[in-house]
Order: sequence, then C-alpha cells, then structure tokens
Amino acid sequence: MAAFASVISPVCALVLGPLLLALINRTKAFVAGRRGPPLLQPYFDIAKYLRRGAVYGDATSWVFRLGPVVNLTVLFAALLIVPWGAIRSPLSFSGDLIVVAGLLAVGRFAIVLAALDTGSSFEGMGASREVHFAALAEPALLLALAVLARVTGALSLTPIYQGITASAWVAALPTLALAAMTLLVLALVENSRIPVDDPTTHLELTMIHEVMVLDHSGPDLGYIHYAAALKLWILGGLLVGLVMPLRSGALWLDGSAMLLGMAILAVVIGMIESAMARYRLVHVPQFIVGAATLSVVGFILILV
Amino acid sequence: MAFAITSNAIPLPIAAVPVVEVDAFRRDVLTAIVAGGRLLLLIGLPGDGRATRLLAAIADDARGAIAVCSTDVTDAYPALTPDCPSAHYFEREIAEQYGIEPEGHPWLKPVRFPLGGPTIGEADFYSVAGSEIHEVAVGPVHAGVIEPGHFRFNCHGERVIHLEISLGYQHRGVERALRGGPDRRSLYLAETVAGDTTAGHATAYCQLFEGLAERECSARANALRVIALELERIANHIGDLGALAGDVGFLPAASYCGRLRGDVLNLTAELNGSRLGRGWIRPGGIARDIGSDELRELKRRLSDAGRNMRNAVDLLWKSSSVRARFENTGVLRHEAAADLGIVGPAARASGIDRDTRRDLPAALYRARHPTITVGDNGDVFARALQRWREIEHSLGFLADVLDDPGSGTTASAIPSLAPDAVILSLVEGWRGEIVHLAVTDAAGHFAHYKILDPSFRNWFALAFAMRGQPIMDFPLCNKSFNLSYCGHDL
Repeated sequence: MAAFASVISPVCALVLGPLLLALINRTKAFVAGRRGPPLLQPYFDIAKYLRRGAVYGDATSWVFRLGPVVNLTVLFAALLIVPWGAIRSPLSFSGDLIVVAGLLAVGRFAIVLAALDTGSSFEGMGASREVHFAALAEPALLLALAVLARVTGALSLTPIYQGITASAWVAALPTLALAAMTLLVLALVENSRIPVDDPTTHLELTMIHEVMVLDHSGPDLGYIHYAAALKLWILGGLLVGLVMPLRSGALWLDGSAMLLGMAILAVVIGMIESAMARYRLVHVPQFIVGAATLSVVGFILILV
Repeated sequence: MAFAITSNAIPLPIAAVPVVEVDAFRRDVLTAIVAGGRLLLLIGLPGDGRATRLLAAIADDARGAIAVCSTDVTDAYPALTPDCPSAHYFEREIAEQYGIEPEGHPWLKPVRFPLGGPTIGEADFYSVAGSEIHEVAVGPVHAGVIEPGHFRFNCHGERVIHLEISLGYQHRGVERALRGGPDRRSLYLAETVAGDTTAGHATAYCQLFEGLAERECSARANALRVIALELERIANHIGDLGALAGDVGFLPAASYCGRLRGDVLNLTAELNGSRLGRGWIRPGGIARDIGSDELRELKRRLSDAGRNMRNAVDLLWKSSSVRARFENTGVLRHEAAADLGIVGPAARASGIDRDTRRDLPAALYRARHPTITVGDNGDVFARALQRWREIEHSLGFLADVLDDPGSGTTASAIPSLAPDAVILSLVEGWRGEIVHLAVTDAAGHFAHYKILDPSFRNWFALAFAMRGQPIMDFPLCNKSFNLSYCGHDL
C-alpha cells in the first residue's frame, strides 16, 4: 500500500500535467466568449510532435539536441521528490527541497544552452531574459520553501507538506499566506504565464521562454511542451498543497482535494491571464523581487 | 514665386505648371515651406531627353490650396532634405527610380531597390559597432500572418539604438501598370494598392478620374462614398485597438474588438457584397444605391456597434496594466512628426492638426466633415486614444450623413479625360492622407500615375519612435502605426 501511495504523485503528474494547460486555455476561451480547444488538445499536440521528425540547423551541435532531453529528465527526477499535498513522494531526504530547486535550475540551464547553441539573435535574447528572471525567481522559491521549513520544522518536502495542516495555518496564518503568494507569483513566472510572458503570442521579440525553443522541432519540441506541463504541475502542486491543508490520511480524499485544487488553480491562472496585460520587461524584476519580499516578511514574522 | 495653384481633384493644364531652374525651384519650395506650407509630394517624371522633371506639390492647409512647380534636372541637383527633412524619403525614391543624385542628402539609400542595383532586402544597413551591441534581424518572413518586410534592430541589451526598415518585397508595379489607362483594370489596381484601404484608394482614383473629366458626382453618390470611407475607418481602427490589446496580452479587449471589426466589415458586405468594399466605388458614382430601409437599418446597427465598441474599448482605458504598457511607449514628439511630414492619426496623436477631410476636402467633405481632434503625447497611448476618438467622431458623422443622404443618380457616364493635364486627388483614408497624381498625355491617357499611400510617409516615423525603446515594445509600436507594406512598395 505504501509503495502504491508513493507513486500516485508522479503518476498523476505524468498523466494529468498537460490537462492543466488545457484547463487554462479553456478558461481564457470562456472569458473571451470562445469555445476553446478540446481538453485533450495538449495531449494531441505532444503526440503529434513525437510522431514527427526533427530538423536540426547546420549551426547547432549536440548541445542543442541535449537540451530538451536533459530538461525533461530533470523534471522526471524532481517529480520523484516533490510531494503532492498530503500525498508523499517516492523519495524523501533531508534537504531535498534544495535539490528540487537545483533540478529546476539544471533543466533551465540545459534549455538556455540549447538556445544559445543555435546562434540566433532571437534565442540569445530569450536566453538572456530567461536567465535574468531566473536569477531572481530561484531565491524567491528557496525563500518560500525556507518559510515552510521553518513553520513545519522539517527539512524535507514530504514531511514539510504533511506538516501543513489546518492547525499549522491557524498558528502561522500570515506567514503561510505570504509564502503562498510567493508561490503563486512563481507559478506564473516559471511557467511563462501573463503578466510575465505570453504563452500564446506569435511575436518573437516579446517572448521569453517561447523564443528560446523556436528552433526545436519534432520530438524535441514535444519533450519541451511536456516538460512545461510537468513544471506547471510541480509548482502548482507546491502552491495547492500549501493552501489546501486537508491532511485526512485517506488517500482518496486527499487526492481528490488536490485534484480539485489543481483545477481551481488552472482556472485562477486563466482568469489572471484574461484580466490583465503583460508587464513591461523592466517591471518583471520588480514583480519577482516583490514576491520574494513577501516570503522574507513571512520569515521575519515567524522569527519574532 | 513661380507656382501654379490648384486644389484637391482640380486639374491643371500641364503647360501651366512652371518649369524653373533648379536653384529657383529649391528656393521657392523652401520659401513656401518656411511660410507654413507642407511638402505634399516631390516626385520625378520622365522629362525631355535625358532630363528628369522634378515636380513638387506644397499644400497650404489653411487655405485649402496646393501649389505646384517643377524643374528639370540631369544626374544631380542640390538636395532639399538638409533644409526640409520631410523631403528625405521622396529624394531617396527619386534617386533610386531615376538615378539622379540629390547632392547633400544626409542618408541616401534605396527606399525599395535601386535600378540595376542589389535586389530587395540587400541594402547598406546602418549598423552600430561595439562589443556589447547586438543586431536582431526580423523578417521578411514573420511568425504572424502579416506582410513581408525586413527589420534590423541595433540593440544594446534590450534597448533599441536604431531600427532599420527594409521594404520592397511587395513591389508589383502598380504605378507602371496604371500608365496608359484608364482602362478596365485601372479601378481594380487602385483598389488593391492596400487591401485594407480599398475604399480610400478607390475614392482617390475615382475623384482623380472625375476631376480630369470635370464631372461631379451627385450628392447621393458622394454620401455613399463617405459611408464606405468612414465604415472602413471604423473597422480598421477598432480592429487595431483589439490588436494592440492582443500585443500586450490583454485578451478581453482583443477578442471583443476583433469581433466588432467583423461586425463592421459584415455591414459593409451587406451594403455592397464585399466586406472590404471592393467594386462599390466606381468612376461616376457608386455601384449600388442603398434604399431608405437599409439606411435606417444601417443607422440602427451602427449605433448598436458603437455602444459595443465603447464597452470593449473601456476595458482598455480602465485596465492599469494596459495603460502601463501604452503610456510613454514609442513616443514621437511633435517636432519630429512635423519634420518627418507624417500624416493621419499618427500625426494627429503627436499634436499635428492636419486632416484632409477638413483642410483639403473634396466632394461631400467640402460641405461637412467629422469633428477633428488632436492628441498631444505621441506615444502608443495617444495613438490608441486618437483611433478611438476618430471612431466616435466617424460614428457621429455617419449618423448625420445617414439622416440626410442627399439625392441624385448614383452612377453617371464619364466622358473622356482632359488631355495634357496634371491632377492631384487627396483622400483622408483611415491611415492618413492618400494622394494620387496623374499626368495625362495628348490623348487623355495616363502618361504617369503616382500613388502615395500614407504608409510611404509614416514608415520612417516608426523607426524614429523606436529609438531608445525596449525591443520588446516593437510589435506594440508597430501596431500603433499599423502601416501597409504593399501600400508602400506598390
């Protein structure tokens, strides 16, 4: 039973990850008065890319081919460590929260290198923006996780998330709320959502993440899309697991609550994207640093 | 000063246009501009023998008059640009089309492609040097479904130091094809100068045609043309406001405005069978009259559309995240706009009080015109707001026109055209002032035909507005001007 319970979290992520993107798109379509693509569209897209051949530019080397594979692999690895609310992860060890942040950074590094490998000015521009914002977003993630570690007194993600119960919320409401806000901003920043990036734009000059992957095609692009879905799932799971403090111990109940929470998160992201325009690039750092500051304030609150 | 004075769509005998020495030409043109005139156009015409005839038209907006003069040049002449910056683009075109060098032109390079020179897109691009400078080349194939054009950004990090625009990919020889006309193709060529300005260019062509034949359309036909022009203006403006919202990722306004543009295009289609108004405006009048029931229905539907547009556009003005993107982005200062001689809503958003419908009107606009307002800041926000104000004014104006659409026959036959004449026909299209110029030969055929789409005069303003801007804001700036590639390339 314990073995079964521990694979639920990664399996749900692998199967349901792309559905989150579909829900966001459906929400945006609904607000705009459109019907929107089918819920399975992201799966169709990934399947389509996997069936296709890949085209590689003459200027690219093995670094370019390695990027999407490394990126997807590290996200698989991260899924083994990240719990899903009350549902424990297959792997748990002291300090694993730093390993998760590191794995996300490695994936980003691989994609950035692949982008630079093309020698295209577009992709270089995208890589520069991505790294610039990541340098601010990574400390924010670590700060938020540090707050959670401090509140729950644990140093591993699974015990941390098992410690976030209703009573923990009662005891440290402002602190946890501030950390949750940081995680919400990070879910937008790291997954290239509005107001930071625009996942639907066709305008290369304005893109951040999308412009880095312009040269990828076929299975490589499929890996990138799938990895993006998994990343959204991981960061979304960290947020939903925090704000949804149901820890009943019953697998089906905790799992259903998490599923519902993830769906609500997708709708919330869809609503945010429908309600506001993108920031100017120069304002994005303020947005991320502001989010990190919230966690700092939360940390100070718990210390005093 | 030696000028022949004419006005919008009034022909002049070609013999009446003075031909003076180059120095006198230069002095006269500059004097007229210092006195408040505006360089309407400066073009080359095939002259006698080896010479090329330069013809300049200067608009006196306050009096509604156009002054024309010309000179013959061979090989080279002292450029006007150092003293009259708005001549810079015209002189570049003359240099590439006739091989004549405007001496002292600060930046002579092809507008499209030089005679016998390199092909389109191969130009001596201006570039900024330095270890931290990088160049971003975009196009001519773009990610969106838009026309081809090449943009080259010299950037320092995210900041654009200079933007080079290289056009010409849409060159299809429209002006050359119009020579020898008018024939059955001419109207259709004029309509397709820029697909989104069908009514504008068709009206300019028909006005020119009727002017040369010295015929006037009935009040009814003129009113229907105004309906076509103003519907085109409203459709394009609301569509662009939606596209501006889309460019900053603001979905609600983008979706609603896109739909409302469709509503206006559909209205146009119900009136004449074509969403873009193709084949509606004809020399001598208009192809299809509108019944009084239809007029009433049109008025009702426009008032509904106006209300919906106000709701959709209010989303834009009320969203602080949108205003944060629009304000102070892509500023084109009043002085720069005046120096560059730009036209249309982009000029008015920079505080230049210039509108052909009021200043150099023809046909129905002589009797009445919509309210004309100007903005001041010259940023993306000012251009967006200007578009919206023009929608409002056009809706109000259309309501008046629909109440009193005039009477008379909507189609009349046109006799042959005046021989050996020159005529300028101006129309305020949605993008700005459209100029058509024709010179007729002894048989009354077009010996020369020149079309100035507002894009021709405004493209450089886009490059100017991008200086010092974040490269990320280029699509937004570009859309706020929304210039035509094919209207420029011809």
